[in-house]
Amino acid sequence: MQLHNLTIREAHELLTTKKISSVELTQAMLDRIHDVDKKVKSYVTVTDDLALEQAKQADERIAKGENVTPLTGIPFSMKDCISTRGVRTTCSSKILENYIPQYNATVTNKLADSGAVLVGKTNMDEFGMGSSCENSALFPTHNPWNLDHVPGGSSGGAAASMSASLCTFSIGEDTGGSVRMPAGFCNVTGIKPTYGRVSRYGLIALASSFDCIGPMARDAYDCATVLEHIAGHDPHDSTTYNSPVPNYTTNINKPVKGMKLGIPKEYFVAGMEAGVESAMQEAIRTYEKLGMEIHEVSLPHTKYGLPVYYLLLFAEASANLARMDGTRFGLSVSDGAKDVIDIYLKTRHAGFGDEVKRRIMLGAYALSAGYYDAYYLKAQKVRTLLRRDFETAFSKVDILLAPTCPTTAFKLGEKTSDPLEMYLSDIYVVSTNPAGVPALALPAGFSNNMPVGMQLIGKHLDEATLFQVAHAYQQVTDWHKQLPQL
Amino acid sequence: MTQTIDTKTVKHVAFLVRLGISEEEAQTFSGQFSSIIDYFNMLNEVDTENVPPASDIANAENVLREDVVKPSMSREEFLKNAPNSERGYVKVPTVLGDE
Repeated sequence: MQLHNLTIREAHELLTTKKISSVELTQAMLDRIHDVDKKVKSYVTVTDDLALEQAKQADERIAKGENVTPLTGIPFSMKDCISTRGVRTTCSSKILENYIPQYNATVTNKLADSGAVLVGKTNMDEFGMGSSCENSALFPTHNPWNLDHVPGGSSGGAAASMSASLCTFSIGEDTGGSVRMPAGFCNVTGIKPTYGRVSRYGLIALASSFDCIGPMARDAYDCATVLEHIAGHDPHDSTTYNSPVPNYTTNINKPVKGMKLGIPKEYFVAGMEAGVESAMQEAIRTYEKLGMEIHEVSLPHTKYGLPVYYLLLFAEASANLARMDGTRFGLSVSDGAKDVIDIYLKTRHAGFGDEVKRRIMLGAYALSAGYYDAYYLKAQKVRTLLRRDFETAFSKVDILLAPTCPTTAFKLGEKTSDPLEMYLSDIYVVSTNPAGVPALALPAGFSNNMPVGMQLIGKHLDEATLFQVAHAYQQVTDWHKQLPQL
Repeated sequence: MTQTIDTKTVKHVAFLVRLGISEEEAQTFSGQFSSIIDYFNMLNEVDTENVPPASDIANAENVLREDVVKPSMSREEFLKNAPNSERGYVKVPTVLGDE
């Protein structure tokens, strides 16, 4: 039995029947991180002492049989944009390289309450800006399936840590595909919940109207378990829904026969890698065999998803990142500064990477006098049309299926010289965030020995259907069980 | 409409976001911005006559609560991350001109 490869429910069974302790499981995971992560480089910080302390407490909870949840004693990793009190939280940026938050994100508190064990914080593109994890100002992360390839981004460290069995589940964050795209590249299952389903309090903001915290795990069942524990209303985040969090695993085994699966024709166009295309066709046939009705649908504004997403993201990010100013926390470059503006200019010049600089400048441009109507306002109007596309599609079908990316994971360095080329790799994942709908990514096969990801897109607040349809697929396929050789 | 974003504009937006920038960086960004903005101009193809701008994704109503005083982070705790502080305040150099 290899402890690092267990699912959450396998580990839970072993923990509650006292066959293993959380300290053993956690120590095994930490040992593996210190061994294997030299190659993968998915972790920015490994929290050995905290993890073993939390594991000890979890074992006490289990021994007393008090307050034991499905996550009690389970080791997890978390994207380094989610605040952890007393544990460095860098956003993989030089400007926050030594920043230690004085408070926890709501998600951090909820996971601590459930008894889960934090083993470390994972690498990401700086402030979530990127699609390959190469924009981390600390170091790039490597794809566990082939170390010369990228893990995807921006939650590249999270996906790689899950894929390489360096945690039992991982918490990522998806602003425009940042959970789903790397999940697809690394052969793991991950969900971007409905906007407002999970509290953003303590998440270091990228684009506040898109940002969604979501879990990655071995399969849809485990993702459902984690989401149940992190979702819900939070008085600290007024955009969170008041509606109760369903028990996502209750109906996960319900047959999908008779349900309507929509195939958006705009997602199946020229430019898709042949192996990705054939994996999607195979998945559609699998769902047909499971008794789902297949319908072609149209999301006519799909090609505008990318410019809408990026323009609005630039604008929101330029405002959100104003707080990184070198006066209250984080890096401060004040040598020779003659006034406070000088500190801002010097600190931000030294502390931000090129992609961050590009995006906040373009955001200011899109919001500035003379361009606001042409860019920001125009993008918000087309965003309305994107939302209507999904509403129209969901009046005909229950769920949509599409690839997460037109290709499998590309090589490190392949797209770093052209920012626009890098943006284009997000083409299939960005439209859901301006619309706010939930989407789940899951493994769907291999092309040239690299994983192919597909995503299921659902109605607002209908994560239960996403889990049900993904679980049905994972009962009859074993792509999600394939592990990289490391 | 195709427009180039010249280095003067790049330096202007850099100052708007309080970002120091070198001449060389302004040159590089100018070229990159022109191609990115050119790509974004495809939005002009879309007819948005009578389409309202999206304002909120999920919960359409304002959320109100009582303004109640609650305990918050202590001053000492807050100042742990401040690069420079004095007598319980964050310290910065001159904000307004000294004339």
